[in-house]
Amino acid sequence: MAMSGGVDSSVAAALLLDAGHTVTGVTLRLWGGETDSGCCSVSDVEDARRVAAQLGISHYVFNLADTFMESVVDPYVAAHSMGNTPNPCVECNRSIKFGVLFERAVTMGFSALATGHHARVSQSPNGEWQLLRGVDDAKDQSYVLYMLDQTHLARTLLPVGEMTKAEVRSEATRLGLRTATKPESMDVCFVRREDRGDFLAARAPARPGVVQEIDGTVVARHEALAGFTVGQRKGLGVAQGEPRYVIAVDGPSATVTIGTQVDLLTPTLALRDMTFVAEAAPSHSEELSVQTRAHGSLGRGRIEMGESGSAEVLLCQPLARVASGQVVALYRGDELVGGGIVA
Amino acid sequence: MLKDSDILYMDYAASTPMRAEAVDAMLPFLRESFANPSGSHAAARSAKTALEEAREQVASALGADSSEVIFTGGGTESDNLAVEGAARAARAAGVGDGVVVGAFEHKAVLAAADRLEAEGFRVSRIGATSAGAIDLDSLARALDANTVLVSVMMVNNEIGTIQPLDQVERIIAEHAPKARLHTDAVQAVPWIDVAGAGAGADLISISAHKFGGPKGVGALIARRGVALEPLIEGGGQESGWRAGTVNVAGVVAMATALTITVNNRAAEVAAVGALRDSLLAGLSSRIEGLVENGDREIKVAGNAHVAIANLEAEVLLMALDRVGVCAAAGSSCSSGATEPSHVLAAMGMSESAARSSIRLSLGFASTKADVDGALERIPAVVAQLRTQVGAA
Repeated sequence: MAMSGGVDSSVAAALLLDAGHTVTGVTLRLWGGETDSGCCSVSDVEDARRVAAQLGISHYVFNLADTFMESVVDPYVAAHSMGNTPNPCVECNRSIKFGVLFERAVTMGFSALATGHHARVSQSPNGEWQLLRGVDDAKDQSYVLYMLDQTHLARTLLPVGEMTKAEVRSEATRLGLRTATKPESMDVCFVRREDRGDFLAARAPARPGVVQEIDGTVVARHEALAGFTVGQRKGLGVAQGEPRYVIAVDGPSATVTIGTQVDLLTPTLALRDMTFVAEAAPSHSEELSVQTRAHGSLGRGRIEMGESGSAEVLLCQPLARVASGQVVALYRGDELVGGGIVA
Repeated sequence: MLKDSDILYMDYAASTPMRAEAVDAMLPFLRESFANPSGSHAAARSAKTALEEAREQVASALGADSSEVIFTGGGTESDNLAVEGAARAARAAGVGDGVVVGAFEHKAVLAAADRLEAEGFRVSRIGATSAGAIDLDSLARALDANTVLVSVMMVNNEIGTIQPLDQVERIIAEHAPKARLHTDAVQAVPWIDVAGAGAGADLISISAHKFGGPKGVGALIARRGVALEPLIEGGGQESGWRAGTVNVAGVVAMATALTITVNNRAAEVAAVGALRDSLLAGLSSRIEGLVENGDREIKVAGNAHVAIANLEAEVLLMALDRVGVCAAAGSSCSSGATEPSHVLAAMGMSESAARSSIRLSLGFASTKADVDGALERIPAVVAQLRTQVGAA
């Protein structure tokens, strides 16, 4: 059981125990080295440990800070400096929780890895594993788990996916867990939104460039490409006329292109590194739901597979463009089909 | 669930059980003789007497005069006081501003050195040989006439290697005559004659819970004439070097444990050394790709440190814990996470070998049954893990 020290994984551990599983808690130390916030000062580890003690289960801490730096933080910084907008939570799930931690669980002979994500694992009548949205629409996290495949799901338990957040909290209160009223984390775990500019500036040289209209007219200069993302409206350095949005960010030239709300729309989305929950990609004739952010922004479309893991999503109705590096997940009703990263 | 009786404790370098005599010795000072030793009444006098008797015992065990014993809150405080206190006092007296420490010192020394560096001291950190001894050539090069403090541990906490302090002293005398030598002897007490090995050191740190005493109490030997700036100020206890009411029960227990340790040392070193050797021999013959870290010739008797190819220490430690074997890797910090080992890095070990290394440390209460149990359980766990590696 991956225990973050939050209420979801605390309750998840309790539910697994109730269901008769033998549960071992693991907390990952991913960030906050000695140079950041003091050696292991993260109080979340302590919360997780105390919940584990309260539940009477063994608890371990894995230090994956190096792996986290290499596979999540460094790529995050590099992508931003090229004007892309990566999703570090997705990369963490891919390389840390369902990467290193999953492998360790298998190595140690555990039958499954459990996490506190709001999503559901089920098995279809033909034995195929499925990943479904969590019961609580507002808290559904299947989007950040889009990379899970049959190997993962056969050994994955997501106990709180069957509950609403309110039910999770009341269960935590009923059990007297210290994490019952703990506030939810909203930002990326290693940088708060308002500090992102400074965080990036300290780690990669700022790349100045121009802000231009679609026709190439330069309307402003900017100091750092990392400050822009597709769809952004504020802080563009242009004040007059119809509202302008970032519609494209060109990494190599550090050029930001802006346009109107209409210009922001696109009929297709180009994706790379496609993965699918099932063994095979869905038929190109099947109409699927298209989700372009962690919450909301649902469109409809079909996918056309391309070369070496790329794909094009042909949208039924145009959607706002999506920044390069973001994740697009595809659903069949509540069932996650797969997804990819915006090229 | 494992019963307590199934636990094989092999982490003496992290902490030892208390010796029964030490527990007995401290209890009266938690019960009837509770008074503050600084008081002027009868109750205070019995505490004061016990405190000073403990000081005599510690001094005699470590080859010091009782006036040279400063009781502290443990090894970390002793290390901090020695390094920061001596360096600051020397700079204030205009002696110089150079500080030289081993790169594989305990973090209590390294953090103090970092602090001094931030205060403007010139700090050098000396690497180690692959055998696990401080690199004497680098040490000689780092010293100069303005070096005020050198800190080299007596025994390394991770790989258990005994450091060549006599040669360190000779090099200091030649290159840095004004420098004071501090030695962190925290890991040395159960295994080597600290009085002899530390005879040339100006400052010696020890910690009670590494030799059968309680946690949270230690001592710093500061030779007469060594100037120190205190870290903790207040009521002037411990001759002003360390303010705060002394932990009487703790120091009495420490002195008792220390005396027993010194008296039993020869026998315990022989017995534990034999256990350690049979543990290593058994592990080597049962586990393919097992490599011993550090040169056993220069190691203390209780330390076994091994790299087990292709297994990550964190995984192995957890799997061992699940079968009741208590071992360690790197230096554990408060969260229980394992830090990458700065000691193995200082010895030039590859990151992958360092990541797959664990420490099994034995001590005075270790038994042949412990070793036999470990030889059953550890190879089985390793074999089990190896069949699963990459199965995901």
